[in-house]
Amino acid sequence: MEVGRLPISAALKGKLVSAGYTSLSLLSSLSPSHLARDLNISENEALDILKHAPLDGRIDTSSGHHVINGAQTAWDMLHEEELLTRITTSSVDIDNILGGGISCREVTEIGGVPGIGKTQLGIQLAVNVQLPVHCGGLGGKAIYIDTEGSFMVERVLQIAEACRDDMSANNALSQNVHAGQVGMQPKDFLENILYFRVCSYAEQIALINYLDKFMSEHKDVKIIIIDSITFHFRQDFEDMALRTRLLSGMALKLMKLAKKFCLAVVLLNQVTTKFAEGSFQLTLALGDSWSHACTNRIILYWNGNERYAYIDKSPSLRSASAPYAVTARGIRNNVSNCKRIKLM
Amino acid sequence: MANRLISEMGLPKSIANVFAARSIKTAKDALSLTEFDLMELADMGLAEVTSALVHISERVSPPYQTALSLLEQRNRNEQLAGHLPTGLKGLDEALFGGIPFGVITELVGPAGIGKTQFCLKLSLLASLPMRHGGLDGQVIYIDMESKFSSKRLIEIGAQSFPEIFHMRGMAQEMAGRILVLRPVSLAEFTESLQQIKILLLERRVKLLVIDSMAALASGEFEHGASKINPLGWHISFLKSVAELSRIPIVVTNQVRSQSNDDTWRYNFQVGTRRQDLEDTPKYDSHLIAALGIHWSHAVTIRLILETISGERFIKVAKSPMSPALAFPFSITSSGISLLNDDGIEVVGQEISTIHCHGHSEIIGSDSLQFHG
Repeated sequence: MEVGRLPISAALKGKLVSAGYTSLSLLSSLSPSHLARDLNISENEALDILKHAPLDGRIDTSSGHHVINGAQTAWDMLHEEELLTRITTSSVDIDNILGGGISCREVTEIGGVPGIGKTQLGIQLAVNVQLPVHCGGLGGKAIYIDTEGSFMVERVLQIAEACRDDMSANNALSQNVHAGQVGMQPKDFLENILYFRVCSYAEQIALINYLDKFMSEHKDVKIIIIDSITFHFRQDFEDMALRTRLLSGMALKLMKLAKKFCLAVVLLNQVTTKFAEGSFQLTLALGDSWSHACTNRIILYWNGNERYAYIDKSPSLRSASAPYAVTARGIRNNVSNCKRIKLM
Repeated sequence: MANRLISEMGLPKSIANVFAARSIKTAKDALSLTEFDLMELADMGLAEVTSALVHISERVSPPYQTALSLLEQRNRNEQLAGHLPTGLKGLDEALFGGIPFGVITELVGPAGIGKTQFCLKLSLLASLPMRHGGLDGQVIYIDMESKFSSKRLIEIGAQSFPEIFHMRGMAQEMAGRILVLRPVSLAEFTESLQQIKILLLERRVKLLVIDSMAALASGEFEHGASKINPLGWHISFLKSVAELSRIPIVVTNQVRSQSNDDTWRYNFQVGTRRQDLEDTPKYDSHLIAALGIHWSHAVTIRLILETISGERFIKVAKSPMSPALAFPFSITSSGISLLNDDGIEVVGQEISTIHCHGHSEIIGSDSLQFHG
């Protein structure tokens, strides 16, 4: 790598180059005093250069093998993925096929027909993220971005109350009374949900741009839920090519947020019908290029008289489906007949 | 908020001038372009464009509220906890108080089942004085199929609330609060919606009824007719009006028979379920809602009115809160009344199907009852 890329002043760069240090690898084995003598600068300045310069050289001796700046080896990623934390969906079967729940640092898209329970799952996750880790949460706050106006705060209260009951039952059972966590009241759950109401696609884009700054002021947020990503983009657009570009830009920014702040991003999507292979089929809205935008895609659907969740796309999980139920208390396991998980 | 002028956002002069020269005037103009489009258009570097967008975005982003403050605000400001009671005890309990404010509630069912009857009753309820459990407000009734009958309205009123309607002048006052509009085309409907927006925002109107949404649009809802939904604008408009003025909006929807194309499945289901498909007997009386799936996403609460072996039922088919219940009902001179308040629990997908068994018989008997 060239010394030109070092974040140091031009004067110092000039001195480095004229002294023959054109490549960073030449700097890696130098002591500050050596460099100071060579360049005829103070030792502090030399130290400064070395601090910036041979990051690769120094890391060589410790953990990774960063040949290219910013790259990670698959081995390092494996360790990081093991630390990935997950948020429970409150349905054991869905958690099982998802490997424990909705994962942080990833964008997960959830779609389904009207009334299948998308908003329900969204609200459930906004509550569950606040649970302590031993209960399947992350002890963090939630951002809920409502584009449709379908957020019903009374329902959040219901789910939060059920959650509180479950937790206290849990604690009583295991005699595992954690101070401070027992006192989590429904009001606290509601207090920790930051609700944004977005009224146009421009506001939606603006908000996602702004979230980067917002998040650095609210680091305790562990999940962002957008309900739904589709709504405004389905109503007001005529230029489909522009729509695709804006959407993919938005998806990139969301992915960045997920990685940077180690949080889960959940996008709810509507369904539409598509003519394929001689018949009409259901498919998630926003078109084919959008379907590449999210890391994971879960489709909620009716299978006979039961609600099922199906993993349509995931880089690490196998396609599978699992039944779930929407009850007065929120998303739960389908108890009526404990079916085995069907792997496809 | 997105229409705010960029020139008033305190961007550095040089950047603001470039934007103005390229006729990027509002935040929406800027945000409708990708960073790279903007770089090209304004001939600026990525860093400058990004920082300008960050700046604009921050000013345009809506503020947040915690769910708790939202709840407290609603509890403080709204009578009847934000619901219009339907007067049907079981249904009100299932809906946690009645038709909720701020969202769209849809009534779907075959012709003659009682959708209009239900709408008339709701209109009366919203206009009743508060001491009688009403909202004491005006009602706007958009009647697209010319089905509104003022005679029937007074009849329902006199039968259901005799103590009010037998007072002198009350019938006139109650009926005087209900404003009926009869647009004849989609364009006219659009126009009347825009006109009533002002009325709605003045907060004297407490209920908006549209009977029916499907009447004008049904012809235009063929599969793949156009990429742009003709009702797209109306959907966003109604949703935002409901929310801004915090009133209940009740919309009726017709049904059409299900064609073979409507056996909608995801492609991962095709094949695996082929067997079941052939096994299920095709019921000839199977109906689906006339407005398509796009519309169904937009309604928050869907109530289905249907007949099963000659008996009428009302079902809570889609609701963020309510359990899946069906209530048998009948139509009497006082409007709709439930036959029992407990409701029957409905399992699975059954809740969203619309039945029509023995429908014609009961319609016949009704017309004898009322007009014979």
